[in-house]
Amino acid sequence: MTIARIRALNLAWWLLPAVFASSFVTAVAVGAVYLSPSQVFVALSGQGEGGLARDIVQAIRLPRAILAAGVGAVLAICGAMLQGLFRNPLADPSLIGVTAGASFGACLAILLGAEVAGAFGSLPMVSIAAFCGGLTAVALVYKVAKGINGTSVATMLLMGIAVTAFSASLVGLMEYFADNEMLRRISLWRMGGLDAASYPRAFLILAVLCGLLVTMPRFGSSLNVLLLGESQARHLGVDVERVKTTLIVFVAAGVGASVAVAGSIAFVGLVVPHMVRLWVGPDHRQLLPLSALAGAILLLLSDTLARTIIAPVEIPVGLITALIGVPFFISLLRKNKRSL
Amino acid sequence: MALLYAEGVSVSVDNRPLLTEVHFEVDVGELVCVIGPNGAGKSTLLRALCGEAAMENGWVHFKGESLPSLPARNRARQLAVLPQNNPLSFAFTGLELVALSRTPHATGTERDRAICLEAMAALDVSHLSERLYPTLSGGEQQRLQLARVMAQIWRAEDGGDRLLLLDEPATSLDIAHQYGMMRAVRDFARSGVAVVMTVHDLAHASGYSDRILALKQGRSMAYGSAESVLTTENMQQLYGYSVTVIPHPVTGKSLVVADV
Repeated sequence: MTIARIRALNLAWWLLPAVFASSFVTAVAVGAVYLSPSQVFVALSGQGEGGLARDIVQAIRLPRAILAAGVGAVLAICGAMLQGLFRNPLADPSLIGVTAGASFGACLAILLGAEVAGAFGSLPMVSIAAFCGGLTAVALVYKVAKGINGTSVATMLLMGIAVTAFSASLVGLMEYFADNEMLRRISLWRMGGLDAASYPRAFLILAVLCGLLVTMPRFGSSLNVLLLGESQARHLGVDVERVKTTLIVFVAAGVGASVAVAGSIAFVGLVVPHMVRLWVGPDHRQLLPLSALAGAILLLLSDTLARTIIAPVEIPVGLITALIGVPFFISLLRKNKRSL
Repeated sequence: MALLYAEGVSVSVDNRPLLTEVHFEVDVGELVCVIGPNGAGKSTLLRALCGEAAMENGWVHFKGESLPSLPARNRARQLAVLPQNNPLSFAFTGLELVALSRTPHATGTERDRAICLEAMAALDVSHLSERLYPTLSGGEQQRLQLARVMAQIWRAEDGGDRLLLLDEPATSLDIAHQYGMMRAVRDFARSGVAVVMTVHDLAHASGYSDRILALKQGRSMAYGSAESVLTTENMQQLYGYSVTVIPHPVTGKSLVVADV
């Protein structure tokens, strides 16, 4: 490792957790009612005499902050895993059809008016339909791409594009036949939002995140070796088929769950891992956890902005992530132009 | 029995035979060069030897066992393969790339680092350890990849007798580094490794190999010492081009020159 890279890693491991902690506190403190950090800590610890501050924090802002951090972290990890798996720094969860499939499921549920009808663990039908849609899309992509010689990455990408186009057409058809009210709900859902935050949603995404975090160390070095190509990875003792299958299932579950609880939030899965890679290098053992932190930070800050910038109106967070992230990304690209 | 023993190896793709009945063996400490015109089946042979290409007929035994039957990690400690093309668009540094080779081992970071540095010194890429791989020239990238596969099976303690398969390792190296590389690979072979490599430059085969296998249209045309294989008659038949074999003025080894 170069000295510059060791320095970048040390800084990242010091800076990102600190920024994460402060953005989490900010997300809880800032809103229609401003709370001082000490009020936040009192409310979070559950001590003191309760009152308004405690209600705001515990009932509204805490689940929302957990949801934002969880979704951001899950999307960033999934993006980093996919980019490693496809050996392409431009891969993104939407490439293998997860996002499109989930959108299709959600639109279908909205069109059928299912949101009113049922609730399953207080997750509305739209979310469940999104999750199922995402998993179905990946299952389809994976089934076609899996041949006798293992899984072909190129076929998988092509199938992902095909599934995405197909779902987009179906969604377009549904939009064509939807009335104004449904149309607005569909388009709002597609912009992504965390306004329906609740503890069950927050815990669902936390559970998925914990699953990813626990298994992550096992995949770090396998993903590094996979960057050399599948046959080299095999010669270096990696069970390539098992790693690929597991990763695809993880990504489908992660993206499916995050789409289910927060709609489709673009940009985080694509650009966060890329930014972290430009900063600390491509070693997945560092890249995966640092991307999780950076993704959580980006979504926490975006959501805080989305809630407050023109309060009391809330902007869909999916619009803000790109507005904050892109300028930062461009500056990193410019700075690293020579080393890319 | 030899370390690597291949008998009657035949490989076909879409009913088109790529290799037919190739017999072949390599022992520890030996360097075997595979020569032949484009499309003769040299790369296919390497892929069949390491179990990557499915064989229609024949068998390959490594230490008396078939390679696919070995557990993956165990196999990776004894066999390293360098294909012709090694695309990598991620910005690993030179040392990080070479260090990927130690993934199947559990020798510890310190020792792994020392092994990688030794392998890099052998291929004259020590000065590239801090450079980013995508910014390097083709020849530098090739030497780093070679250092990587050699570091994978560097020590006898980790894998006993080992096997190294190289597909045109001399590609894009300058003349000094071509011969430096050949010398490094031969020294590596002498340390307890069987090496099979495909080459296009017959001077490499003549100068450094213990045996040469000449492939023509998927069949073994000649197999033996450099002097016995590199004859004017053999080479004209193999390549379908008018050549003459003369002794090298300094080393006396066979030198194949075109009759222009």
